[in-house]
This record gives sequence, structure tokens and C-alpha cells, in this order.
Amino acid sequence: MSDLLAARSQMAVSLGFHILFAVVGIGMPVLMVVAEQRYRKTGERLCLDLAKRWAKGTAILFAVGAVSGTVLSFELGLLWPGFMEFAGPVIGMPFSLEGFAFFTEAIFLGIYLYGWDRISARAHLFAGVMVAVSGAASGIFVVIANAWMNAPTGFDVVGGKIADVDPVAGMLNPMAFQQTLHMTLASYAATGFAVAGIHAFLLLFDRQNAFHRRALVIALLVGAPAAVLQPLSGDLSARAVAEYQPAKLAAMEAHFETGTRAPLVLGGWPDMETRETRFALKIPGGLSFLAHHDFNAEVQGLDRTPRADWPHVPIVHTAFQIMVALGTCMALIALWAALLAIRRQDVCSNVWLLRALTVAAPMGFIAIEAGWTVTEVGRQPWIVYGVLRTADAVTPMPGLVVPFLGFTLLYCFLGVIVAWLLYRQIIRSPRPTEWSRTYAPVGVRHA
Amino acid sequence: MPEVTLPVVLAAILALSLNAYVLFGGADFGGGVWDLLATGPRRARQREVISHAIGPIWEANHVWLILAIVLTFTCFPPVFARLGTVLHIPLTLMLVGIVLRGSAFTFRSYDDERDSVQRRWGRVFAGASLVTPVLLGVCIGAVAAGRVGPLRRGATFVQSFVDPWLTPFSLAVGLMTLALFAHLAAVFLTLETDEPALVEDFRARALWSGLAVFASAFGALLIAPEQAPLVGVGLLASTWSLPFHLATGVAALAALAALWGRRYHLARVAVGAQVSLIIWGWAIAQYPFLVPPDFTIDGVAAPAVTLRLVLITLGLGIVVLVPSLLYMFRVFKAGPSHSARRLPKGGLEL
Ligand code: HDD
Ligand code: HEM
Ligand code: HEM
Repeated sequence: MSDLLAARSQMAVSLGFHILFAVVGIGMPVLMVVAEQRYRKTGERLCLDLAKRWAKGTAILFAVGAVSGTVLSFELGLLWPGFMEFAGPVIGMPFSLEGFAFFTEAIFLGIYLYGWDRISARAHLFAGVMVAVSGAASGIFVVIANAWMNAPTGFDVVGGKIADVDPVAGMLNPMAFQQTLHMTLASYAATGFAVAGIHAFLLLFDRQNAFHRRALVIALLVGAPAAVLQPLSGDLSARAVAEYQPAKLAAMEAHFETGTRAPLVLGGWPDMETRETRFALKIPGGLSFLAHHDFNAEVQGLDRTPRADWPHVPIVHTAFQIMVALGTCMALIALWAALLAIRRQDVCSNVWLLRALTVAAPMGFIAIEAGWTVTEVGRQPWIVYGVLRTADAVTPMPGLVVPFLGFTLLYCFLGVIVAWLLYRQIIRSPRPTEWSRTYAPVGVRHA
Repeated sequence: MPEVTLPVVLAAILALSLNAYVLFGGADFGGGVWDLLATGPRRARQREVISHAIGPIWEANHVWLILAIVLTFTCFPPVFARLGTVLHIPLTLMLVGIVLRGSAFTFRSYDDERDSVQRRWGRVFAGASLVTPVLLGVCIGAVAAGRVGPLRRGATFVQSFVDPWLTPFSLAVGLMTLALFAHLAAVFLTLETDEPALVEDFRARALWSGLAVFASAFGALLIAPEQAPLVGVGLLASTWSLPFHLATGVAALAALAALWGRRYHLARVAVGAQVSLIIWGWAIAQYPFLVPPDFTIDGVAAPAVTLRLVLITLGLGIVVLVPSLLYMFRVFKAGPSHSARRLPKGGLEL
């Protein structure tokens, strides 16, 4: 394994790990606030317990998010000193802002967790809202930095050095809006669906459990609207990519030859040598329509990019197909649930919906990993699109396989532990003894 | 005294955030050390006090480190690149320590079931608390010694990536950092419990670790002139660093004296002053260098626009953060007074 490949892999593993916790850190506080709000309004003890459990889960994941984020900020220097030396003055800003957002989140999460019986109801709910807002802000700021890598603005390059720096223009780069919107929605959709899926699964065995019913409804309240909006926001992203990173779009769509009435290539395996995509379903004019909202528009293909500067087409294309397929599934399930709710049917007793939700539980997270793969692998060989090559930014340090394997192992280990803890603390149904102490029974089982 | 330019202001803020990290984060690490070294009949109680003291504040303290990193790569990008390259190995190891420590502590404190799993996490937490400060000190020592220079062509792996930091001086600074963190934590812990026997335990620990700080600082100082010429000269000779030095010594002695006399609040102030003075003494001894031998503050600073924007951001951040922090401290100090009236007890103990 070359050092460059090891560095890229380490970055990918670290980010792929961090993003899971970051997403939960953005989505979970919203669930928790909604639950608490319902408790304050209806006085339903179940909702209070949900809010407490979720807050605790958020705290565990928050801490892992913080450590894995710390690793990332070091890694920017440990693996990509050339990148940071070049880009620091422009994109340091969003990172500093992220620091503050995180700090605010940490403070209010502390207040939320330890303040249940120390502050007024209103103050407590406000603390929850602050956690949710600053969590979203954290994500938004980092993604702005990433959007800048895709569509760099706010500087000039003079003799290999950055000049005429304008960090504000850097933050207002043309991909920033699309990416932050898409990412924020993704966080809500993924968290909402994951939580809904877990409780749907448990409901399949324990149909009347009021705890899981409440949790499922709240999770869907957050996840379903986001899932429906996600394809629309993805369309905005795709059109921005078409404009600013045509080579990435071509790779996403396995579009080799420039042309009008470009077909949409579904599935298949693109062959970078023969420039063909085998086993694919092609919809004439589909790509032209999606990229430019016109069936006859010209779409730039990979042929306009020097062969040496192509990203790895099969990875980008496949990852993109995975994301879109999962996104479509999630949106359909969300619409189905909405339809049932509009018809005033009981969402929690529809066995088929519960089954579908169970299957959909991991979909958001998989889509997120796939989406980032599209963004990052699709940008190669550039670390800053069109300006700085990844190979020129990597550290001269040899033997990078060692830290790569080390961190991968560490993350696997942490992942297992976190899953186990969450199971023990959060997911497992309250024991009947815990229950019957407090609640009027809802179903036969706990009567 | 240093001339006040924009880069110097930001370098000072950088030193300030490092100071805050060492002060607050350092005490957390020190807590881990005492967790590891908890002995005697009150072992379990000691651990409880430590865990309780770190509990709510942990993530907040950690932010100072992130602030220092972000300031470095935004305001002094070449410094970030240089440190990441030359100190790759100790920084990576330190990271592993930070990850293990942070997650172990969290897992332990949120998982209430007290069993063997708990104890195992305790050990990971404590072990990582021991190693991480040493590595942090090693890195600081390497910078202070002026050994983090540009990579030379044709140098071997060891010459480029190991020699800069694997020196007696760096190790001495590493040990001093560990002793200092432990001392800091022990002093703080005397105020975290009302149980007289526990207070005595922590007092004894504070006194012993105070002596260890003296011993290791003295060792580092002895090696300094030869191994860290720049800092050695700065620390010992420059006119305005001498008062700093004296003040540090006075603060250290005052902390020990206050501990001896059981005046714990005074001891806390004194030890805080001592730690801060050490950081600032180091920073001033290096001036105008950020990373000797070749990176001066003005030489590696980012363009003025960036620096100005960072200052503005920091200002805005403070406007949000300071009230939030004060509020948090008020909530925690207030104790469970609002209590049971609002939220009936019982139900799931979460
Ligand atoms: C729940 C997760 C999720 C779902 C359901 C979708 N996406 Fe997505 N997508 C992401 C999560 C995501 C992401 C992980 O959050 C990315 C990576 C970078 C970014 O900004 O968002 C992303 C990136 C991303 C990009 C690349 C942007 C870039 O390179 O800068 C495009 C074009 C789309 N998405 C398009 C879509 C479409 C057309 C979807 C239709 C169903 C879709 N996404 C569903
Ligand atoms: C290079 C990329 C990234 C870096 C360097 C980074 C850095 C960090 C750091 C240092 C922290 C902890 C803050 C602290 O301890 O002060 C953190 C937390 C966080 N990051 Fe990232 N991050 C990156 C990518 C992302 C992405 C892509 C997202 C989301 C979309 C994200 C969202 C968050 C959130 C929400 C938190 C708060 C912690 C939590 O809620 O779990 N980060 N990040
Ligand atoms: C959290 C979600 C993210 C994931 C899952 C992710 C994933 C990846 C992957 C798969 C790679 C390797 C690509 C390749 O080398 O082919 C990579 C590289 C990289 N990513 Fe991301 N990324 C994320 C967000 C970010 C953000 C927010 C930033 C910066 C602000 C960032 C900065 C980088 C850098 C600097 C590299 C290495 C250079 C490069 O390969 O271009 N990433 N990431």
C-alpha cells in the first residue's frame, strides 16, 4: 500500500467513523426536544422517559463524536500538511466557528443532562433547543469547509502560494448552500429512520408497548419530512456539481462521451478502459433532464477530462447509485407513513410498515457514507478541486500504513463498545419492573 | 517587551488557549493519574470523587485543545504543517491516548452498572491519562528545544522523525508535565469533597506531586542550556523572563505552603498561577519565535484579513460563550434546589 493510499484510507476511515456520531449529534437532540416538548404539553410520563433516555444516548455518542473529531483536526496536519499550509488561511474560519458551535453544544448538553431538576421547565427546554441548534451549526460549518474544497473561491494562487485571501468569499462558495442543506437533512433523515427502525423492530414482537409506540411516532415526525425533502435537495446538489465539477458528475453518472440528450445510466459497472458501462439500464435524455432540467441539454462527459485526472469511475458511480436508491426507498416509506397518518390509521399497528421501517433503519447511514464517498472520491485527484492535488498535499512521512491500521483497529474496537453500551442503556425496553412502577398500563401485557 | 502586532496578539491568544487547556484539561488528566494510583482504605471513595469532579465538565475542557489547533492552522498554517510532519509520531500516540481516555471515561460514567466492565474502563482511562501528558510534554519540549526545524534532504527516517523529540530534555519536560498535571488535580480535588479523611488523602498527594514537579523542573532546567539553547538562554538570561521565573517559583512555593497549612482555596489559586506562569514563561522565552529555529510569529502568520476575521470570530464567540458558561456554572453550583416539586421522582432512574 502506498503512503498516499494509506493516508487517504486513514482519512476515509476517520471521517466515515466521525460522521456517524456527528449525524447522531445533529439529529438526536431534535428527537429529544420533541419528546420533552410533548411531555411538557401533555404531561405524558413516557415522553419524559424518552427524552431522558435519548439525552443519555446523545451524551455517550457526543463524547465519541468529540474524540473522533479531535482525531480529525490533528489528522489534517498529520496527513495533509501541504493542504493545511495552503488552505488554512481561507477555510480556517468555518473551523473556528465550528469550535464555538461545539462548545455551545457541550455546555448546553451539560445543562440539559444535569439540569432536569435544577432549572425551570422552560429553561430546560431552551437548553435542549440550544443543543439542537448548535449541533446543526457544527455540521454546517465543517461542510462549508468541505464545499470549499469542491468549489474553491476567495483567493488567488501566485507562484504556488495562496494570495489575496478572502475568507468570507471562501465560506460563501457556490457549493456551500447545496451541501449544507443536503447534509443537515441527511442527519435528520438518518437519525429519525434509525430510531424509528429500532422501535418498529421491537414493536413487531411487543405490539402494544406504549414506550416503543411513542418513540416510533416521534422519530418519524423528525425523519419522514427530511427523507421526503432529501431527493429534492439532492437534485440541487447534482445540478451544482454539474456546473462546478463536471468530471465528478460524469463519473457519478458513468457518462463517458459528451453529448446532447444524454442518457441516465442506472446500475451497471463502468469500465474505464473501454469507456462502456455494462449491465446498465439507460434512459434516453434522462441525465440531460436531471442535470439541466432539459431533455436536450448537452452534458459534459469524461472525454473532456484528461484520462490521468479521472476519479475512480466505478466507485463513484456505484456509491452514487446506492445513495439514490436508498434515498428513494426512504422517501417512499416516509410518504407511505404520512398517507396512513392522514387517513388517521394507526401507523404503529401496520405490520408491513413496521417491517419496512425495520429494514430501512440503517439506510440513512449507509446513504450518508455512500454520499461522502461520491463527494470525496469523485473529487480525486484533487484535494482542492482544480487547484491542489492530493498527491502534493500528503505528508512526506513514510510508513503511513501503520497509523492507518492502528486507527482502523481502534475505531472497530470503539464501534463495538458503543453499540453494546447503547444496547444496554438505551435501546433495550424498560424492564417490566421499571415500568409497572410508573405507568398506567396501555396494553394487556403489563396490566 | 514584544511589540503588539496582529500576529503577536493571535500568538498570545494561542498561548492563552494552551494555558486554559493545561489548567483545566490538565487537571482532568491528573485526575486520571490519581484514579490509577488510588490506594488505601478509601480507594473507591477517591475514585468516586475524581469521577464526580470531572463528570459534567469534561467535553467543555477539551475544547481548549481544539481551539489551539484551529488557531494554529488558521493563523499560522506553516507551523501546523511543520508540527504535524516532524512530530508525527508523538502526536499520533498522543491522539490514541486522547481517544482512549475520552471514550473510556465516558463509557464508565454513563454505564451505571458497577461490575468488572466498569473497572476495566477505569484502567484504560487511567493508563491513557498517564501516557498522554508525557507525550504532550515531549512535543512541547521538542519545540522549546528548537529541534523542530525543516526536514533536511537525504536525512534518514530516524534523523527526520525521531531525533527531534526523543531527547533527554523532551523526556524531562514530559515527566514534568505529568507531575504538574497530577499536582494540579490533587490540589483541585482537595476542594471537591467534604469528607476530612479524603481531603487529607488528596492533600498528601498534592504535596508529594508538588515535590515531583520541583524535581522534574529542576532536571529539565539543568539540561536546558545545553539541549535547548534558545529557551535556556531565554529562560535564564533575558531581562524580562527573570521576573517570570521568580514569580513561578514563588507561586509554586506558595502552593506547597498553603497545602501544608491546609488553606486549600489559596493553594488552588497559587497552583493555577504557577501553571500559567510556566506556559507564559515558555512563550516569552521563545519570542519572537513560534517554532524555533526558523519560524517567527510575524514570518509565518496568515494574511491580515484572516487574522482580523479570526479576532472578530473570537469576539462573537465570547459573546455567546461567556454567558452560557456562567449560566452552566450557576446551574451546577445551585444544586438540586428546584427539585422534586417540578419533576416527581420515581420512574426510570436514568
Ligand atoms: C440520508 C442520506 C442521504 C440520502 C437519502 C441522499 N443523500 Fe445525497 N448525499 C448525502 C446523503 C444522502 C451526504 C452524505 O450527506 C452527501 C455527501 C456530501 C454532501 O453534501 O452530502 C451527499 C452528496 C450528494 C451529492 C454530491 C454533492 C457533492 O459532490 O458535492 C449529490 C449529487 C447527491 N447527494 C444527490 C442525491 C440524490 C439525487 C438523492 C436522491 C434520492 C440523494 N442524494 C439522497
Ligand atoms: C475534516 C473534517 C472534520 C473535522 C476536522 C471535524 C472536527 C471535529 C471536532 C474537532 C469535533 C469535536 C469538537 C471539540 O471537541 O471541540 C467535532 C465534533 C462534531 N463534528 Fe466534526 N469534523 C469534521 C467533519 C464533520 C462533518 C462532515 C460533520 C457533519 C456533518 C461534522 C459534525 C460534527 C458535529 C455535529 C460535532 C459535535 C459532536 C457530536 O455531536 O457528536 N464533523 N468535529
Ligand atoms: C464526514 C463525512 C466525510 C466522509 C465520510 C468523507 C470521506 C472521505 C473519503 C472516502 C476520502 C478518501 C477519498 C479518496 O482519497 O479517494 C476522504 C478524503 C478526504 N476528506 Fe473527506 N469525507 C467527509 C467529510 C470531509 C470534510 C467535512 C472535510 C474537510 C473539511 C474532508 C476533507 C478530506 C480530506 C482533506 C481528504 C484527503 C484528501 C483527499 O482525498 O481529497 N472530508 N474523505
